[in-house]
Amino acid sequence: MPPRASKRKSAPPNSSSVTSSDGRSEGIEALCSDLGVDYTDVRILMLAWKLKAEKQGYFTQDEWQTGLKALGVDSLSKLKKALSDLEKEVEKPSNYEDFYTYAFRYCLTEEKQKSVDIESICELLNLVLGVQFRPQIDSLIEYLKVQNDYKVINSDQWINFLRFCKEISFPDLENYDATQAWPLILDNYVEWMREKHS
Amino acid sequence: MGCENIEFDQGWGEMEKGIEKLKRILAGEKETPFTSREYMTLYTTIYNMCNQKAPHDYSEQLYDKYKETLDEYITSIVLPSLKDKHDEFMLRELVERWLNHKIMVKWLTRFFHYLDRYFIIQKSVPALNEVGTTCFLNLVYEDVHPTIQDIVLSLIDKEREGDQIDRALLKNALEIFVEMGLGQMNRYQDDFEARFLQETTNYYSRKASKWIEEDSCPDYLLKSEECLKKEVDRVSSYLHSSSETKLIKKVQHELLVLYVNQLLEKEDSGIKVLFRDDKVDDLSRTYRVYNKISQGLDLVANVFKQHVTIEGTAFVQQAEEATSNQASNTPGGHEQVLVKNILELHDNYMTYLNSCFQNHNLFQKALKEAFEVFCNKTVNGSPSAEILASFADHILRKGGSEKLSDEVIEETLEKVVKLLQYVIDKDVFAEFYRKKLARRLLFDRGTNDDHERSILSKLKQQFGAPLTSKMEGMVTDVVLAKEHQSSFQEYLRNNPDVHPGLDFTVTVLTTGFWPSYKWFDLSLPSEMVKWVKVFKGFYETKTKHRKLTWIFSLGTSHINGKFEPKPIELIVSTHQAAVLLLFNASERLSYSEIVAQLNLAHDDLIRLLHSLSCAKYKILNKEPSSKSISQSDSFKFNPNFTDKMRRIKVPLPPVDERKKVIEDVDKDRPYAIDAAIVRIMKSREVITHQQLISETIEQLSRMFKPNIKAIKKRIEDLITRDYMERDRDNSHMFRYLA
Repeated sequence: MPPRASKRKSAPPNSSSVTSSDGRSEGIEALCSDLGVDYTDVRILMLAWKLKAEKQGYFTQDEWQTGLKALGVDSLSKLKKALSDLEKEVEKPSNYEDFYTYAFRYCLTEEKQKSVDIESICELLNLVLGVQFRPQIDSLIEYLKVQNDYKVINSDQWINFLRFCKEISFPDLENYDATQAWPLILDNYVEWMREKHS
Repeated sequence: MGCENIEFDQGWGEMEKGIEKLKRILAGEKETPFTSREYMTLYTTIYNMCNQKAPHDYSEQLYDKYKETLDEYITSIVLPSLKDKHDEFMLRELVERWLNHKIMVKWLTRFFHYLDRYFIIQKSVPALNEVGTTCFLNLVYEDVHPTIQDIVLSLIDKEREGDQIDRALLKNALEIFVEMGLGQMNRYQDDFEARFLQETTNYYSRKASKWIEEDSCPDYLLKSEECLKKEVDRVSSYLHSSSETKLIKKVQHELLVLYVNQLLEKEDSGIKVLFRDDKVDDLSRTYRVYNKISQGLDLVANVFKQHVTIEGTAFVQQAEEATSNQASNTPGGHEQVLVKNILELHDNYMTYLNSCFQNHNLFQKALKEAFEVFCNKTVNGSPSAEILASFADHILRKGGSEKLSDEVIEETLEKVVKLLQYVIDKDVFAEFYRKKLARRLLFDRGTNDDHERSILSKLKQQFGAPLTSKMEGMVTDVVLAKEHQSSFQEYLRNNPDVHPGLDFTVTVLTTGFWPSYKWFDLSLPSEMVKWVKVFKGFYETKTKHRKLTWIFSLGTSHINGKFEPKPIELIVSTHQAAVLLLFNASERLSYSEIVAQLNLAHDDLIRLLHSLSCAKYKILNKEPSSKSISQSDSFKFNPNFTDKMRRIKVPLPPVDERKKVIEDVDKDRPYAIDAAIVRIMKSREVITHQQLISETIEQLSRMFKPNIKAIKKRIEDLITRDYMERDRDNSHMFRYLA
C-alpha cells in the first residue's frame, strides 16, 4: 500500500535524470531515505496528493516536475521543509476531504477497480485518520477485521468513514441514526459496538 | 313657555310627577297610561333644561338624577321584595322585578332621551340604557347571583332526575345573566355556565360509573343517546345556545369516551357479543353515537380491530393445534378449513362494515390491519402464502372435492384474490401458485381454462402484470401445445416412415414462463429415444434457432403390465416407466445395476423405486422386503400383482418444494429492489434517502415488503456499479447517474 515502485530519481530533484520506468526500482524508497522519512509515512501520501500522482507508487516525469515547481522546491533540503508545510496544508478543512478521497483512489491499482480490500483499507484508515481519530479508528478497524459481510470497501463507504468520525459522538454513538443515509456497513458497526457495550 | 329659564328644582318637580306615575303603573296600581301630551311635556322639560345657557344647562345634573332615580327605586322597592324569598319564589320575584326594571328604564329613557343624543356623546359617558342595566347589576345582581345560581342548578338537577320544572322561568332567569354582561357573555359564563358544566360533569360521572356496572352495552348506549338528546333539548329550552357545544362535549366525555373500552369489551354484551348475535341495530347505534364525538370513531375502530384480530388468530391457532394433535389424514386438510374460516370471517365483517359502519375508512383500515396480523402467520411450517396458494389449487382441481358449481368457484376465487391483499409476501404466493399451476396444467386433465384465466386476470387487476405475466404465458403454452399436437399428427401422417409406432404427445413449454425444473440426464429406454428424434425432426420444420430440453420428470406414460391374474394398464410418470421398462430385458436387477442403466441420482432413484415397490401398489418385488430402499436391494417384476381396477395410477409423491420456493423468491428479491430503485432514481434524478426508502417500499408493496437493510445494501451496490452517487454536499441525498 505505501508507494512501492517508482521512477528513478536522483538528486537534485528537478534534474531531468528522472526517467519513467515500469519495473520496481528503489527510486521512491531512495527518495524516502534521503528525506529521512519512512516510506509508509503518511507524508509520502501527502506528497503524492500534492503532485497529483495518478498511479500508486509512480511519479511520472510530468507529475514530478510540475509538482516540485508548484512546491517551489529545487533541492532536497527544500523538499524536506516542504513536507512539513505540506502537512499543515493538508489539514486545512478545505483540503482535507480532497486528500482523504484521494487516498482511496490512490489504492485503486487495477483498471476499472472500484473497491479496495479490507486489509488495505484498515492500513489506510490507520495512516490517514489514525492520528486525529485514534479511538474511533482503532474500534472501526477491529470491526472491519472480524465482520464477514464485506470483503471490499467502495468509495462511498470510504467517504462516510470520515463523516462518521467527524459527526458521531464517540464512544456513546448517541446521535447515530440507522434510518438515515449512512451506509449499511456503518449501521452494522454501530450495532456491533452497542452489543459489545451493553 | 318663552325664553325664561326653568329652574332646576322646578323642572325636576315636573319630572318627579311623571316618575311617580310610572312607579304606580309598575306597582300595578290603578293608573291611566301615559298620554301623548304627558309624554311630550316630560320630554320637552328635559329638552329645555338641557338647552339653557350656562349656568342653567342642567344636563349633567339630570343625568345624575336619572341614575339616582333608578338607584332609589331599586333600593326602596326591589331589594326588599327579594329579601325573604327562597328557591323558586325568589327566582320568580327576581324575574318579575327585572322585567319591571326594564320597563322603567324604557320609559325613563324616553323621557330623558335628549341626554342620549348629545350629552352622553359629548362627555363619553354610558348611554341611558346601559346606566339602567348597570344600576340593576350593581345593586341587585351582584348581591343575589350566587344564590340564583344555586337555585337554577338545583332545578336543573331536579329535572335531570325526572321532575318537571318551570322551564320558562329558568329561561328568563338565565337571560338575566346574559343581559348583565352588557354585550359580553362573561357574566353568564363566569356566574353560571362554569359551575353548570362542572356539576354536569359530576352528575354524569356518577351515573356512568353506576350504569357501566349494571347495564348491558346496548342498554348503556341507549341511555347515553337519551341523555344527549335531553341535554340538547335543555339547551334549546332554557340555556343559552353557546353552551351547547361545551355541554355535549362534557356529557360525551363522561359517558362515552372514558368508558369506551369497558363498555365495548363487556364480556356478556360487548361488541364481541353484538357481532356474534348479529345485533345490527345496536352496532349501528354504537357507530352513530360515537360518530358525533370528535375522534370517537377511532376508539370504536380500535376495539373492532382487536376483536377481529382475536377471532382470526383463534382460527389460526385452531389449525395449528388440529394438525399437531392428529396425524393428518388429509394433508393440508386443516389449512383448507382455515382459509374457509378466514374467508367467511372476511365476508361477515365486510357486511358489517357496510350495514353498520357506513363503510367508514377508519373501520376499513381497522379491518385491514386486523387481517394483516393473522394472514401472515405460519401454520405448521407452512407460510400463509403457501396455504392460500394450496387453497386456490384445491378449488381449481376440477372444482375441488365438493364439486362446486361454476358460480361458486368464481366467487370463491374472487375472495381468494381479495384475501391476498393482506398477505405481505405476495411474491411467495405467486411462486407457489405458479408451481401448482404447472402441475394442474400438465397433470390434471380437465382443468377449466376459463377459471384459470379468470383468476389470473383478477390477480393482474389487483396486483399488476409482473405477478401474473409468466402464468398467463403458461396457460397459453398449454393451449398452443394442443394446436401443435394436431399439426404433429399431420406430420406423422405425411411421414409414415418416421412414425415410432406408439402414440405420444409433446407439450412445448416456454422456458421463461414455467418454474425451473431439475434436468435429469436420464438414459431413456430405446423406444422413447425414437420419439425424441421424431419430434425433434418435426419441431425443426416449424422453427429453427430453438433448443429443446426434455423434462421427462413431467411426463406421463401408460404402460401395459402383463400380470398373471389380468393385464392392467399402469399410468406412471415417464421416470417410473423408464424403471419398469428395464425389467423387459432383465428379470432381476440390483439397485446398482439400475443406477448404472438409468444414470439417475440416488435421491431421485430411491423415490422412484419406493413408489413402485414399497407403496400402495407393489409392481416390483423388493429383496429384502423392508419398508425402505437401500442401495444393496434387488428388484424383480411382480407377476402376481393385481387390483380390482383395470387401469391404475401409480402415484409418485412430489418432492417438498417449500424450501426451494422460498429460496428462489429470496434470490429474486434483490433484483426487484434494484429495479425499483433505478426506476425511482431515473424519474426523480435527485432524491433524499428517506424518500427513496419510502418510495421503494411503496413500489414493491404489491409484491413484498423489503426491509430497510436490504434496500440499503442494494443502494450500496448500485453506487458501486455507478448507477447512482451520493451528493457531495448533502450526504443524505442521492443522484442518478445516467
